Amino acid sequence: MSILYSLLAVSICLAGGLLAGQLPGLRWVAGVVVPYAAVAVFVGGLCYRVVRWALTPVPFRIPTTCGQQKSLPWLPHARLENPASTAAVTLRMALEILLFRSLFRNNQAELHEGRVVFGENKFLWLGALAFHYSLLVILLRHLRLVLQPVPAFVLVLQRLDGFFQIGTPELYLSDVLILAGLAYLLVRRLRDPLIRYISLFSDYFALFLLGAIALTGVLMRYIAKTDVAAVKQLALGLVTFAPNVPAGVDSLFFAHLVLVSVLAAYFPFSKLVHMGGVFLSPTRNLANTNRMRRHINPWNYPVKTHTYAEWEQEFHDKLVAAEIPLEAEHAGTVNSD
Amino acid sequence: MPEPLIQIERKPPQKDWRDPRVEFRKGTFCYSALPKNLKYLGLPNPREWQPSDADWKLPPDWKQILLDGIRERLQKYRSFRLFMDICVRCGACADKCHFYVGSGDPKNMPVMRAELLRSVYRRYFTLTGRIFGALAGGRELTEDVVKEWFYYFYQCTECRRCSVFCPYGIDTAEITMIARELLTLIGVNINWVLEPAANCFRTGNHLGIQPHGFKDSLEFAVDELEEITGIRVDLPINRKGADILFVTPSADYFGTPHYFTLLGYLMLFHEIGLNYTWSAFASEGGNFGLFTSHEMIKRLNAKIYDEAKRLGVKWILGGECGHMWRVIHQYMNTMNGPADFLETPVSPVTGTRFEHARGTKMIHIAEFTADLIHAGKLQLDPSRNDHWNVTYHDSCNPARAMGLLEEPRYILRSVCNQFHEMPENTIREQTFCCGSGSGLGTDENLEMRLRGGFPRANAVKYVKEKHGVNVLTCMCAIDKATLPPLLEYWVPGVEVAGVHELLGNALIMKGEKERTTDLRGEPLKKTEAAHA
Repeated sequence: MSILYSLLAVSICLAGGLLAGQLPGLRWVAGVVVPYAAVAVFVGGLCYRVVRWALTPVPFRIPTTCGQQKSLPWLPHARLENPASTAAVTLRMALEILLFRSLFRNNQAELHEGRVVFGENKFLWLGALAFHYSLLVILLRHLRLVLQPVPAFVLVLQRLDGFFQIGTPELYLSDVLILAGLAYLLVRRLRDPLIRYISLFSDYFALFLLGAIALTGVLMRYIAKTDVAAVKQLALGLVTFAPNVPAGVDSLFFAHLVLVSVLAAYFPFSKLVHMGGVFLSPTRNLANTNRMRRHINPWNYPVKTHTYAEWEQEFHDKLVAAEIPLEAEHAGTVNSD
Repeated sequence: MPEPLIQIERKPPQKDWRDPRVEFRKGTFCYSALPKNLKYLGLPNPREWQPSDADWKLPPDWKQILLDGIRERLQKYRSFRLFMDICVRCGACADKCHFYVGSGDPKNMPVMRAELLRSVYRRYFTLTGRIFGALAGGRELTEDVVKEWFYYFYQCTECRRCSVFCPYGIDTAEITMIARELLTLIGVNINWVLEPAANCFRTGNHLGIQPHGFKDSLEFAVDELEEITGIRVDLPINRKGADILFVTPSADYFGTPHYFTLLGYLMLFHEIGLNYTWSAFASEGGNFGLFTSHEMIKRLNAKIYDEAKRLGVKWILGGECGHMWRVIHQYMNTMNGPADFLETPVSPVTGTRFEHARGTKMIHIAEFTADLIHAGKLQLDPSRNDHWNVTYHDSCNPARAMGLLEEPRYILRSVCNQFHEMPENTIREQTFCCGSGSGLGTDENLEMRLRGGFPRANAVKYVKEKHGVNVLTCMCAIDKATLPPLLEYWVPGVEVAGVHELLGNALIMKGEKERTTDLRGEPLKKTEAAHA
């Protein structure tokens, strides 16, 4: 059901965009109002989420250690997997964020005739990497639409992305990879009964939405050949706060823009906030210096304990019988009894 | 040969996971906490009930208590809030859980376990969940959900294996800890956790051993050691003026095979002339508060620093244990520190300063012993362990919440001649839990324990068949108690031993008589050979 609902939701967004492009009254709404609103929700929502996480205390230092601790100097300390300094934590986090290191560890445990057999499983890592990096490259390439003059690095990136010079306009590698990555992630979610079991509306919705965005983009570039100059005029208008909707902008672009806006607005309220959250994960971003330095819990409060004095009082006679030394003052009172 | 009792089925799940109903089948859950234990600890809603009952006698406002409890914890723990928000359900954790591997129950996938709580979080604490409900992955909090939480959050051993593989480091142990804390607010908890906690609060140790019993038990070990080695070792208890306080799990002096590890400690301390003391008050290193609530961790842990201060020692040495070391390493100094009345641990034999423990002032006995061996301060005869073909099981907490991986291996390689590692996906940071940690090691839960321990046992079976391994060493009191029945079921013929038991076997003591048996009273291999 959630598959159908999410497909339906994305289709409605898509149709809404296409339709808006056809209706003069709505072109302004889809081309200006929607993107501005979406960006506002995105920025506001994401800041809210991240600030709220950041303001929530980290009462305990709970890194997950994945290698040898720093203890005796002659033992090989796993600096990266069990970081003991800020620099090492930074590197651990960088590898986590840039290369998805923990996901790279993934293996597959399967049962074969009563035995657990471990197999390699790097596909999820590969699919995730393909998708995220393509998305990054595509986002950076889009800077050419909102910056004038176009920065040199964007041009270089564009050239690298089209390195293979297949077709006209030349095929971007990132376009292929993002579609392949999304297709893999979707097929995996649909075909693996376990992953399908855990999948929610929002999991499918995010995939379908990103897929629709990528597909409309690809259509505009390679097949429908949208009027890029008009699109850039619109984009520049938006970023310079002098919005205008040129006549040359076609419906497909409006569909693309509406979908992107929906994604941006949806982002802070969904699992997509993992982008910001990954930086704050206390099992990864803390050094394993627990016994070196005291970690402070801001809300640490006194608790009821069973004190030594209470304990000694309760077991007094047994302690005496067992000749276990008592605290001096108690020993004195015993003698006087 | 008995027919295998346990069938592991991995059928694709049939019904929607949002249906919370669970069947409390005998052998797969733990009994409820007795009212006397809740009362002793001052915990809410003490009453007679069992998980298999239809009516759990929850307090009338249980729902509000839980929702308030969730709200409070969202404000107190970044881990909790973040882990509720950022999971993308990629499923990388799914087959990393020993309970999932051994039970095939899809709700034992770590992602699903967290979703049980996350769905309620979404419904009541997120904008989309409040508006869209089920469509946004939200779920109503009902009594059936409470029962489901109880079933599955007491089917997680807080081993943190999933958090190694999660791309965001989401730690199910953290979620389980919070969930159990929430359930404790309405009096839903298990006796195997609460009774040790109550005992520990009262007598100082989980087993409820009173001071005279504590001393008797240690004296018995001293007598037995004299028979084996011909040497009578000292037994300092609650002695002021000692340099070092030694704290170990109570099972070491009351359980088997823990007991042989205790003999190893006593031999070692005597041999190096350690100026130390036991404490009948801080007579427990373990902390079942970890399986109850953060507050209970602190309440039970306080006695260690209190006792160190009272006795005036310089630093603290801790015995072989698993979750004890999670508490000592990751919680003790934060909760009950600063330990500014103690000094940075320094080995009186080698002079090594344990700088990595300069804050908490407590070191692990494996760190201490490895340093002694490395400095050549111990006379060892590894051939006295030739009847053992050894492998080593990393206990979850020292591995994944500390990183104590090489010290025990260094000791083992020094004290025995035959050592073989289990497959790499099952050791070190990827080690598999015994299946009985976090207070689940009770007999009524045996089927689930055997299922949860299956991946570990399977790896043992592999090295048994490949290398002839006949002993699984480990450094965790719960392991030592629960691995023997696990191995008896899955890999008969493999024993369980502590690292310091093997050290004790190999340790040549000044003035000892010729050893003919190991610490278990079994003849040594060379003695056997001489008689053959």
